Amino acid sequence: MKIIVCLKQVPKNDSVLRVNDEGTWIQDRDLSYEINESDQYALEAALQLKEKVGGEVLALSLGPARVQTVIKEALARGADRGVHLDDEAFKGLDAYGVATVIAAAAKKEEAALVLTGLQSDDHGYAQTGVIIAEQLGVAHATIVMDVEVQEARLRVKRELESGYFQWVSLPLPAVLTIQSGINTLRYATLKGIMAAKKKEISHYDAATLGLAADQLAPRQKILRIYVPQKSKQTQFIEGTPAEVAARLLEKLKNEARVF
Amino acid sequence: MANGEGGILVYIEVTEGRVNRASYEALRAGQLIGAETGQEVAAVLFGQGIEAAAAEIAARQLQTVHLVNDAALASYTADGMVRAFQQVIGQTKPALVLLSHTYEVRDFAPKLAASLGRVLTGDCIGYRVDGQDLVLTRQIFQGKMVADVVPTGEKPWFVSFQIGTFRGDECEAGTAAVALTSVTIDAGEIRQKPEQRFKEAKAAVDLTQAPLIVSVGRGIKEQKNIELVRKLSEALGAELSASRPICDNDWLPMDRQIGSSGQTVSPKLYLAVGISGAIQHLVGMKGARTIVAINRDKDAPIFEIADYGIVGDLFEIVPALTAEAEKNR
Ligand SMILES: Cc1cc2nc3c(=O)[nH]c(=O)nc-3n(C[C@H](O)[C@H](O)[C@H](O)COP(=O)(O)OP(=O)(O)OC[C@H]3O[C@@H](n4cnc5c(N)ncnc54)[C@H](O)[C@@H]3O)c2cc1C
Ligand SMILES: Nc1ncnc2c1ncn2[C@@H]1O[C@H](COP(=O)(O)O)[C@@H](O)[C@H]1O
Repeated sequence: MKIIVCLKQVPKNDSVLRVNDEGTWIQDRDLSYEINESDQYALEAALQLKEKVGGEVLALSLGPARVQTVIKEALARGADRGVHLDDEAFKGLDAYGVATVIAAAAKKEEAALVLTGLQSDDHGYAQTGVIIAEQLGVAHATIVMDVEVQEARLRVKRELESGYFQWVSLPLPAVLTIQSGINTLRYATLKGIMAAKKKEISHYDAATLGLAADQLAPRQKILRIYVPQKSKQTQFIEGTPAEVAARLLEKLKNEARVF
Repeated sequence: MANGEGGILVYIEVTEGRVNRASYEALRAGQLIGAETGQEVAAVLFGQGIEAAAAEIAARQLQTVHLVNDAALASYTADGMVRAFQQVIGQTKPALVLLSHTYEVRDFAPKLAASLGRVLTGDCIGYRVDGQDLVLTRQIFQGKMVADVVPTGEKPWFVSFQIGTFRGDECEAGTAAVALTSVTIDAGEIRQKPEQRFKEAKAAVDLTQAPLIVSVGRGIKEQKNIELVRKLSEALGAELSASRPICDNDWLPMDRQIGSSGQTVSPKLYLAVGISGAIQHLVGMKGARTIVAINRDKDAPIFEIADYGIVGDLFEIVPALTAEAEKNR
């Protein structure tokens, strides 16, 4: 089975975020990056499926040259080939645009299965995978916690609200959005890192994918970004660790009366 | 948004015959935006044998409740929902479709919008009407920042609101007409075959009754460091719980997870150690009477709901707190 796993490069979780001069996104200078959290689980799910049923895992990322780090990391963990989607026209796309480009690449590659994370840690659209399915005209399932392959179909376990789950079966080709915690992540070995050096990365731009600018036109615009206003008055307790500890416990006892 | 044109269509989610409480929040959003822009509000429900749910919604202030009763919609599937919803939009021609950002909405709304060449403006936490624009506020970077965004394409616009943004119990009462709206769905178009919904075996620990909870997040860095927080919980006589990444890593069992996909707790004290405060975590603990957060990032979203905050390194603060608690015992 040919599986494409979509990996988004996002600023490291503990990055100090500064608003850019236009006020419309963060400054990307001096940031370090990592693979979006749920995408790491999607990659692991793809590798495990390949181990079970055979096939090929393609690690795909859309973004500037720096996102090749993400692709190389995935190759070192066991993906077979990289797909880098890069073009001036791919800058600043909304979820619709990103999904349209990825769907075009998935079509070109004739993938049987596309896996994405369920949500990106930066934009947090929680949409890209579902839109890819719509653009490809294939079935999808979201927030997936387990995957079984049954000939031309998949049977997947979806997480629902309030502690419920549900198994759903759907035909291949398909798109799944993977929830964190579905499996246990593997890390790259030295051997994997060496092997990755010989693996190929395919580069596609808008022209190779046959995409015109109006197909990608944004349908939503960010006016400005900012740090949210606090709604609750938090009492900050300061001092040395010992002082802070004594003050907090005193307040919890006498002011909040929790003990 | 020009006055009067188009109208607002609110999606009411029905699970096993019952209205999802979150849908009242979307309806409340519809009432407010409708009043502000002079637009009529309608609602739509899909399923089979859901007349009671429709009647419940019809007792609120809105114009029309569209009831779509179809055997193909008896259990939810993304394909069935999108096919049906597209037809209702075609018939009612709304300018704005409002939804609550539930798991079900996450599953079908992006597809519905995309099938009409639109994009969902999802998981919003506020809105402002500004002339022709509807300015929506969304969290980005897991709540560390927010963005004001506007839908720019053609109407209808699709907007979903984060659960808790509006008060469902503030929905104005009224009487609406229930309109039976029919759609045609070929069962063969529905590719997903859902099985019964189920719950995993009951959790071994019930944290819902715990009066004191100490909760640990990814700030703890390594599995072995969990012991540090366990010691604090023991010194305080509290239960130990965690954010999702801790349980995803198997550092603590799943049944100690707090949040939208874990337990919902309302203890007297919730002490969050190295937890950033993403919305999916907050929904599980914001009902706590007193919230304390220890985090080295003074802008961490957890401080938005904390009563007491300690900005600092948990590896220094937690042992000091444990020592102090042991002294006081
Ligand atoms: C559909 C869905 C369902 C979800 N369900 C849940 C759920 O039920 N429960 C849940 O918790 N999450 C859930 N999540 C995940 C959620 O979005 C967050 O990713 C998660 O809550 C983050 O966990 P965290 O705060 O521990 O980690 P992080 O966000 O990584 O935060 C770690 C924090 O530790 C602080 N820190 C780091 N080092 C130190 C130090 N030395 N001293 C002090 N502070 C330090 C950092 O400043 C940071 O604020 C869900 C997500 C989705 C999309
Ligand atoms: N630029 C990108 N490159 C690769 N995958 C992406 C990109 N943007 C989004 N995705 C995938 O889509 C998922 C959902 O993203 P989002 O819709 O932004 O929340 C992510 O977890 C990724 O798997």
